[in-house]
Amino acid sequence: MTAAVSSAAQQGIRANRTGWLAAALRSRYVVAGLVIIGVFTLVAIVGPYLVGDPNTFGGTQLAAPSRQHWFGTTQIGQDVFTQLVDATRATLAIGALSAVIATVVSVGVGVGGGFAGGVADEALSLVSNVALVIPQLPLVILIAAYVRHTGIWSVVLVIALTSWAASARILRAQTLSLRGRDYVLAARAYGERPWRIVVVELIPNELPIIVSQFIYAAIAAILTQSTLSFLGLADPSQLTWGNILFFAQNDSALASGAWWWFVPPGLCIALVGTALSMLNFGLDEVLNPRLRGNR
Amino acid sequence: MRYVLRKLGFYAVAAWLAITLNFLLPRLIPGDPVEQLIARMSQGGAVAPGEADSLRQLLGLGRGNGLQQYVEYLHQLVTLRFGTSITYFPLPVTKVIGQEIYWTVILVGVALLLSVVVGLALGAVAGWRRGTWLDTSVPTTMLFSAMPYFWVALLLGYVFAQRLHLFPLSGGYDPALIPGWHGAFIATALRHAILPALTIVISSVGTWMFGMRNMMVSTLAEDYVVAAQAKGLRPRTVLWGYAARNAVIPSVSGFAISLGFVVSGALAMEIVFSYPGIGYNLLTAVQNDDFPLMQGIFLVITMAVLAANLLVDLLHGFIDPRTRAST
Repeated sequence: MTAAVSSAAQQGIRANRTGWLAAALRSRYVVAGLVIIGVFTLVAIVGPYLVGDPNTFGGTQLAAPSRQHWFGTTQIGQDVFTQLVDATRATLAIGALSAVIATVVSVGVGVGGGFAGGVADEALSLVSNVALVIPQLPLVILIAAYVRHTGIWSVVLVIALTSWAASARILRAQTLSLRGRDYVLAARAYGERPWRIVVVELIPNELPIIVSQFIYAAIAAILTQSTLSFLGLADPSQLTWGNILFFAQNDSALASGAWWWFVPPGLCIALVGTALSMLNFGLDEVLNPRLRGNR
Repeated sequence: MRYVLRKLGFYAVAAWLAITLNFLLPRLIPGDPVEQLIARMSQGGAVAPGEADSLRQLLGLGRGNGLQQYVEYLHQLVTLRFGTSITYFPLPVTKVIGQEIYWTVILVGVALLLSVVVGLALGAVAGWRRGTWLDTSVPTTMLFSAMPYFWVALLLGYVFAQRLHLFPLSGGYDPALIPGWHGAFIATALRHAILPALTIVISSVGTWMFGMRNMMVSTLAEDYVVAAQAKGLRPRTVLWGYAARNAVIPSVSGFAISLGFVVSGALAMEIVFSYPGIGYNLLTAVQNDDFPLMQGIFLVITMAVLAANLLVDLLHGFIDPRTRAST
């Protein structure tokens, strides 16, 4: 009898733990966001094999879009479309990697600190609040200027280590509200080890928030990475969307009216960002029923 | 009062940590940073005699052990000796920053205020009239806030300066005029500021609107709003006096994050328009390996942002009594 009840309760918890995912998939915003992200991911994976070398100087310089060059050519005659496709992989990879590291750090600081409590929590919370008010880009620029051109990992680390604070604060607040719940207290009374409570009880229950914070981190990482590349602070030999914009700006594409050179890369950045925002908007509507409207 | 002291304490700690971070960063470079930096700096232009020593002190790499170096570094900062700029040799860094900071502070300040007011008002109305055209424009605001500032700047520059010739494409004023507080100069400065300001407003207004709209929707479900409507108060009174007033609070407390974004974006925007502000200067410093100037600009921007956040936090305590009461 008791066994049946507890297994039913457990199934209830399981259903709750994945229910938000199913509900999110019914949202128009989530589906639209996933489709756009899917297309870009596909391009990132197979695109570079299909378009050839992005640095081939073929054809005319600064040619307007035509059947031969869909998005025109650059100052030195490279095909903009080829560059765009080739840059997709590095741009998305840097964004995703930075977001993963930032999320791991914020879960460690937010959930770990919030659960541990006491001095450790006070210290971690102070550090995240400080990291939150120090403006990110000037710091990133400064660090990038010191460790200039040392490859993709330094960019990833710099972005990740300057962008975890906001989600750490949100996760800490959620952990503080969860740590007093019955099931956490029960696990404690049962003698579960702290790390097991964090990994088995807390993190699965905060998963929707963690996913949403990961998405925010990815948006921010792609924007920051693009800005760094645009400023010429990332490795210039690594083609990214920001890097294409850097070359366009340096060769005064704006002054020569070559819109086809700087419009598409920025549009790609904006599209990926919008798709990620749509995922979060849909997720938000599922998690916060008050936002759901009768539309 | 306790709230104010607590906030002051927090920002003092934040400022100290930022200054210390600035002290620790050069130590990330393997080898002797000063030698390497001087080598890189001298490729960019003349390095002042004695700059190596001054840089050593400024970077906290002077004589003695770590603690002595740290004290020496703090002393340099307190006496406002940031070293000599390489790019604008032989001007001291403080002078270079002093010339440029007004441009950025005025431009970003005005544009930010405009964006906050417009964004919050639109968000309040969008949340109030759910399902109307304004509310369904929310996805569009996502597109706007996903666009990099510098790209918006490129687009605006292309359309309004390059194609339509309505506004100048670059610079902060007409170089033919002598800078000063006279009509002709102010007019040209204004004309040059419109596209940069528009860039900031377009890129940041969506975030404010979106946050306010969501908070508005939650607030409108609260009992006191329903009660106010049941009492038969005019809709406008309920909207602004009851709902919007309380819905705005999270936007105020979220200001810190947004301010960081706006300042970061504005730095990149200045570069597109060659606007004579601090962001353009930072890029010049980076391109010329002008480390004294870079460090100076980083500290100035950070201190300015911390000060703005302190102000907003105090304002927050003023408009929301609950923050003063808790702890």
